[in-house]
Parts: sequence; structure tokens; C-alpha cells
Amino acid sequence: MTAAHSVERFAGRWAASLKGAVAPAMTRAELDVFLRGLTEQLTEAMRAEPFRPELGRAVGKALIDAHYRDASVLNRTLAMLGDEFVTELGDVIGDGADVMNRVAKLHGAVAEGFAIALRNTVLAEQETTQRAALAAARAAEERRRASEARFQAVFAGAAVGIGVVDLTGTVLEVNDAMAGMLGRMPDEIKGRTIAEVIGPENIGQAYAEFGKLVGGEIDRFRLETTHLRPDGRVTSIDLSMTAVRNRSGTPDFFIGVAVDVTERRRLQNRLWHESRHDSLTGLPNRTLFFERLEAAEQPIGLCYLDLDGFKNINDSLGHDAGDYVLRVVANRLRKSIEPDGCTVARMAGDEFVVLIERCGSPDRVAREAEKMLAVFGRPIEFDGERLSVTGSIGVVHSALVGADPGRLMRAADVTLYQAKANGSGRWARYDPARGERELTRHSLATAMPAALAHDEFLLHYQPLVALADSSVRGFEALVRWDHPRLGRVSPGQFIPVAEETGNINALGQWVLEQGCLQARRWFDEFGIDDLYVSVNVAATQLRQPTFVADVLGTLDQVGLPATCLQLELTESAVAGDTQGALLALRELAAAGVRLAIDDFGTGYSNLAHLGRLPVHQLKIDRSLLASSRRGEVVDPAHDKIVAATISLAHSLGLDVLAEGVETTPQADRLRLLQCDGAQGMLFGGPVPVGEAAEILARQTNRANSA
Amino acid sequence: MVATRPSWAPEGVDMEVPSPARMYDALLGGSHNFEVDRRAAAGASRLVPDLPKVALSNRAFLRRSVRFLADMGIRQFLDIGSGIPTVGNAHEVAQRAAPESRVLYVDIDPVAVAHSEAILAGNERASAIEGDLRSPSELLADPRVRSAIDLGKPVGLLLVAVLHLLPDADRPHEVVATLRDELPVGSYIVISHLSSASRPEAAAQLGDQARNQSGVPIIFRPRDEISTFFNGLTVIDPGVVELPLWRPESEADIDEEPGRSLGLAGVGRKDSPTS
Repeated sequence: MTAAHSVERFAGRWAASLKGAVAPAMTRAELDVFLRGLTEQLTEAMRAEPFRPELGRAVGKALIDAHYRDASVLNRTLAMLGDEFVTELGDVIGDGADVMNRVAKLHGAVAEGFAIALRNTVLAEQETTQRAALAAARAAEERRRASEARFQAVFAGAAVGIGVVDLTGTVLEVNDAMAGMLGRMPDEIKGRTIAEVIGPENIGQAYAEFGKLVGGEIDRFRLETTHLRPDGRVTSIDLSMTAVRNRSGTPDFFIGVAVDVTERRRLQNRLWHESRHDSLTGLPNRTLFFERLEAAEQPIGLCYLDLDGFKNINDSLGHDAGDYVLRVVANRLRKSIEPDGCTVARMAGDEFVVLIERCGSPDRVAREAEKMLAVFGRPIEFDGERLSVTGSIGVVHSALVGADPGRLMRAADVTLYQAKANGSGRWARYDPARGERELTRHSLATAMPAALAHDEFLLHYQPLVALADSSVRGFEALVRWDHPRLGRVSPGQFIPVAEETGNINALGQWVLEQGCLQARRWFDEFGIDDLYVSVNVAATQLRQPTFVADVLGTLDQVGLPATCLQLELTESAVAGDTQGALLALRELAAAGVRLAIDDFGTGYSNLAHLGRLPVHQLKIDRSLLASSRRGEVVDPAHDKIVAATISLAHSLGLDVLAEGVETTPQADRLRLLQCDGAQGMLFGGPVPVGEAAEILARQTNRANSA
Repeated sequence: MVATRPSWAPEGVDMEVPSPARMYDALLGGSHNFEVDRRAAAGASRLVPDLPKVALSNRAFLRRSVRFLADMGIRQFLDIGSGIPTVGNAHEVAQRAAPESRVLYVDIDPVAVAHSEAILAGNERASAIEGDLRSPSELLADPRVRSAIDLGKPVGLLLVAVLHLLPDADRPHEVVATLRDELPVGSYIVISHLSSASRPEAAAQLGDQARNQSGVPIIFRPRDEISTFFNGLTVIDPGVVELPLWRPESEADIDEEPGRSLGLAGVGRKDSPTS
């Protein structure tokens, strides 16, 4: 048995005896190695002559350094260093008489080393721990101080007002900005309640919200309040209060943040005022007027004033003069009318309007209108000149027109033009009969563009027949308007409006497109290649430079042969010719489009002129047939005119179609006169597209069965 | 002056309350602790006399798991809830296996952090910062973490004896899932956790004592709740087991009687990107 073997075996048993003693650092295998080293040291101590206690002490210290600090470790170690030590390692340490004596000394040295090392370690660790705690505390304090300093800086230097309030609403702290807003020193506010900050008109609401804040129902609230400062100034304050809660969720205190919005309010008010007043006269502008009109108490009276010949003043004396006149008129109106509780507004240019609320009778409006005219009694002096200015006024009352503001304004506008038509310096009262017509025209004109976009228009079709066999050869497309509010509007009403407003071009193009589309569908459905659709063209349309291109483009797009389209023009549209119109007609005719003169006999009926036009057909106006409408007696004069017209037209190579044919005798007579075609109630009135298709279907069936 | 410190000011250092880090040191026989910590540790040990052995087992598990991760090639360790890194700590074990290993200790206790700084002075590859496990995304985004840990390479995340300090209200499972999601593939998560699995009565007594007397709540979770911390991870053999049974070096290293340990432990590896 070798010495090394003995050491290993002893160390192993030593390690086993330490099992469970608290020492986390080593695995059992590492512990075995570690204790082998210590065993070597112990044997060395035993062999040394004289005895070396420091070797024993080192073993005690090594145990401590390896974190074997439990008292039981020392106990078990000393127990190992007894008989077992001597028996196992006798070969190495000797077994002389003083062995047990030396073992006892070794015990002392190991225990001493253990105790000293333990004490030193504990002291050192405690020292480290204290120092760490102190460092952490100092760091925390430093951070706390820094954060408080930051908070103080924010608090003191903030441009917004900040206040801290306790649970009862008492102000604990305010910064300078907050105090400044309230017009006091910070110390004057501390200790008071938030009522100091919140104006009396908001205090009820504020305390209600504050109660919710304390109760935890809400986390913050915000309100705008006005505050009367000790110096008499009023400040507007936007105030938010937020609860600062502790870990258990109950509020510790509240932070109020206030922003002085006095200037902002003032600016807003100014902007509001500026956006609603006319900068020249200072009167309410259109925007404000309409706001007041919308909100006005019924009944309402309106006086719509327009200066007579104002353009002349501007043109002859310059805009300064014009502006001056407007200012003087505005001032006079304000002085004269505003005391009556009326709103005087400048609508635009030289137009003013007076709104009379709670206007009991139409007579009251008339009185105001008289007063308005009276302001023109004195001439206006400008640059040494005495200008006599007059105005015209349209007067309306909601009792006659209804309460709708838009309608009232249109009625006032219409009435103003009636007043102007009667001569300058007058007022006119709204005339319901006349006004209604005008209003309708007005509303039709404004509604037309939208109506086109919303498909409110539709086409009806009236058969155009050949007199020889009464067969349908074509249809005249006639436009209808289903107005969502006014119902079916007659073309007699809206066509003139469309012509006046220029909407006729868009409407005419729409009719052209729809007519062509329909013709193409019939073409496809019934295979009648000589059926044509006849579309009316207004004079202004013909004068459009793009007219020819529009027509040919539409035909191309729809895929309709040009011969299936006929354009109807009135005599007046082509009379007194413009070269352009003639060229356009030639171009269309050359492309194959049929051209007809509509309503022939109502205008100049200049047949000579017609001869120069590339026209295919003449449509004789119904008025020439009217005399024979009721009976079979033919008016000789008219009959002769019709006969001559047909004869002459034929000699010029034109077809003739008679409009408004209502009776069989009329038709018979026209046949006798060699008239080619006819249109009228006898052959069918204008019908919706479905019925037109039925007519075509019947005709096609007859033809097929014949 | 303002009467009360605003809530965003940092917390101070309170020596009157026991700290889990120092209690743990006391249980391990260290003297990096105060009277209040020793009293709390002694109180707990009276209820469960083998409590120091649990601490020992846990420290031994830390040693074994770090050594295992080092063997698997992990060279950077993030030890959250590290407490006081006295003997047998992660950086010693890791750097003994591979000297280039980096270790960052994170603890919420400023004293433990100051302590760690003192112990780690002079070690360039190990440092300690104050941080809160309950805000995992914030923690991982911390520039001090980013400078110590390269999130482009696998990380050994140590959550040793810390998750049982988070009550359910702190959503510990979400915390772990967040960390897992943000770590790169190939990373390991090491978890040990006090459990009610083997000795429910002792666990309940200790839990009550912790809550009512020391003011440091300790949640003894059942086995399935501890296992679910490893969701989305490949659990390394032998799975989630009692502390001393996780890959012991030898029979002789098992200090606790099997079936009696109050702690469960396991290691999981992130093998695929999670979301």
C-alpha cells in the first residue's frame, strides 16, 4: 500500500463525512481532490520537526476559503483527525509515542486557523455588505436628489402653470407661472382651495369632477374657465387635473396644469369676427348673415338692396369712390336700421340685405324698406362731388314664401330684379304668382347640372311615319325631366332655362348620345337599317366649334350609321347665317347625317335661303294645320300655303313632314298634297322607350307575316 | 417645496425589509447579509429545516447548468435575479470553462447590485446592473444590456430562483415568453423555481410565512405551471425535474433525498423562431 493511496482513501472518507455541510462550490470529485491536498498538508505538519502549527492553521483557513464555514465542518474534520488519521496514515506520519501529542497540537492549529479565517471572512463580507448598502443608498439618494432637482427645475421654470392640490382640494404648491396667471404671489395661493383657480361659473362642475377624481372614477379632467384677477383683468385658463396615485391606487395628491389661453381666445374671437364681417364696411358678411338667417326666429322679413348704377360710379370715379359710397351707405343703413333690432349685412359688391326677425306682418318689412330707401335721400359727397345714389329693394316675408332660407333668399333676389325692372329707387313686394315662376326657373337652372349627373332626364319617342303607308320610319327623341321634388317638368319650362344658362350644350349632347344609343339598340334588335332617330339641336349647340366633332364622335362611339341620325334645327338657328353654321351643316350632311328644319312656317320661312342649305327635310309646323283641327273644313289660305310649301320643297329636292297631324281628314288631305311624312297624335304621341319598341315589334311582325 | 416626492422619482434603499438576495446568501451560510435577512432566513428554516439544502441544491444546479451551457458553446450569459454572486456564481463557472465568456448580472435590488459591482471589480467580462424582470422588453433594450450581450448570437438566459418571486399579477409566463421571443435561435433558458409539487404542506407553510412575515412573497407553483415556462422551447433531458436530479455529476453530489426537493429545474433551448 502506497502513501498516496492512503492519502486518497483518507481524503475520500473525509469528503464523505462533510456531505450535507453547506458548501456549494465544488462537486464531490473536486472536493476529493481538494481534501487530498489538505491531507498532504496535514501529514507534512505531523512530520515537521519541530511541529509547524502554521501548516495546520492553513488547512483551517482553506476550509473557510472553500466556503466550508459551518461549525459542523470543523467538528467533522477534527473527528477525522483522530484514530482514523493515525491508523490510515501511520506510515507517513509515524507512530511514535508523541504522535497523539502531535495530533492534539494539530487539532488546535486547524481549529485556530478555521476560527481566525472565519472571523476575518465574516468581517470582510460584512464590510463589503455595509459598503454596498451604503453605496446603493447613496446612489439612490443621489438619483432622488437629481430627480427632485429636475422636478424643481421643471416646476419652477415651466411656462405652464403647475399646482399641487391635496385630497380636500387645498392648494399645497403652485409655481410662478400659475401664480402669474392668477395675478397673485405663490404664497398668497398656497393653503387656499382650488376655487381660487377656477372661476365661479365653472366651480360647480369643477368640484363635481374633482369628486370623481378623488373617488377614483376618473383619472383626469379638463376644463376651460375664466378667472378675474385682483387687478381686474380677466384671464381664460385651460386647466387639467390629474390624480397621482400610490401603489394601492388611492390618490396621494393631484397635479393641476394650467395654460393661459386668454390670447388664444382673443385671437379666436378676432378670427371669428373677421371671418364673419366685411372688412370694407364692418357689416356682417354673407357667412354671418346666413348663420343668423338659419337661426332666425320666425316669421322672417328680408329686404334685398342693390345700388342702382353702382357700376357707373366705379367706372367713372374709380374704385375709391365706389368703396366710399359703399361705406357711407353701410353706415347710414346701420344707423337707421340696426336700432330696430335688424341685422344689416353686406352680401357682395353693392348688395346689402336686412334681416328682420319675429316680423309680425308684411307691412313691417315694407316700413323697413322705406327707411332703407330714405338713406339715399341725401347725396353722398366724395372729393367735392355730390353723388346722387339710389337703390332698389326686393321685399319678402316668410308668410308668403315659406321659412326655407334658400327659398327666401331666391325670392328676395327675384323680387329685387322686379323692383329694378320697375325703375330705380323703388322697392317691390314679392308677387307670389310671378315670383313662383321666377323661383321655379331659378331652381331649375341651379338644379340642372346635378340633374344631368343624376340621370333625372329621360327620352320619350314620337313616331315619324310615311304618309303613303303609315309605316313608322323614325322617332323624334323628346327630352323629359323627372325632378325629384317638382315631378315631371315640361320641356317648355326647362329648355328655355337651359338655353339661358348654357346648360343646353350639355343637355343637347346627352340627348344626342342617348338617342344614338337607342337607335343602335333598335338597329340590333329589329334589323331595320333605315330607321332613324331625330334629335333636336339648339342654335347655341350648332355654334359650338366642337359640334361636328361631337356628333360624328358620338356616332362613331355608339357604332350607328350616320344615316340613322337626323338633326332638327329651327329656321332661326340657321337663318341670318353665320358661315360657321353652314359649314358645320355641310360637313354633317356630307358624312350622311340627315338634317331637318323644324317648326317651318313659324319664322321667316325663307325658302330661298333654305335652298342653299344641305337640308333633307322640312317639318311644317302644326300651326299651319291648326285651322283644320276641329272639323273637316279646310282653311283655304292655310291649305294653299301648305300646298305651295310642299310643292316648292319638292322642287328643291326636300322631303316634307307635317307636324301635329291629329285627324284622318288632315292626313288624307296631306296625302293628296303629296306630303311625304307626318307626325302627331293620329299616329301616336311621345311614348317611353318600351312602348316605342312595341310599336316597332308590331310593325316588324306585320311586315314578316305579309 | 413639493410635499410629496413625485411617483417617477426613484425608490430609495430600505434596510428594514429583508431582501431575497441577502436571505439566499444567509441560507448558504454567507455573511453578505443583515440581521433582518438572517432573521427571515432563520424563520423560514424553522418551518422547513432542510431549507439550506434547497439553497445548496439550487446553487449546485446553477453550477451544473452553466457548465452544461458552456459545453454547448454558449459564451454569453444573462443572469436575471442574480442576487449576490458569492461563491459558485455564474461568471466563475462560465469563465473557468471558457475564459472569454461574458456574464451580465441583473437584479432589482440596488444593494445586491452595488454588492455585485464590488465583487466583480476588475473582471472585464462580468458586470451587474439594476433592472426589472417584469419589464422584459425594456430590459433587453437597455443599452447596458446591448453592450454586454450580442442578441445576434445565442444567449444563456438564467432565471434561477427568481420567477417564484413574481406573483401571477406580474404575468411571469408572459415575461418568459417575451424574453424567449426576443432571444436568437440557439439560445438557452435556465429556470429553477420553488414548487409545491413534492411537499405541498411545507410549500404552503413557507408561502404563508413569506407573505405574512417577511413581506417577500414567494409563489410555490405546481409542476405544470413551471413546465409551461418552457413552451416554445426544446426541453433538454432529463426535463423539468427536482433540483438535485438535473444532470448530477455523481451519486455523491445529490445532497437532497429524491422526492423531497422544494425546487424544480429545467433547461430549454430555442430551436425555431417563435412569435
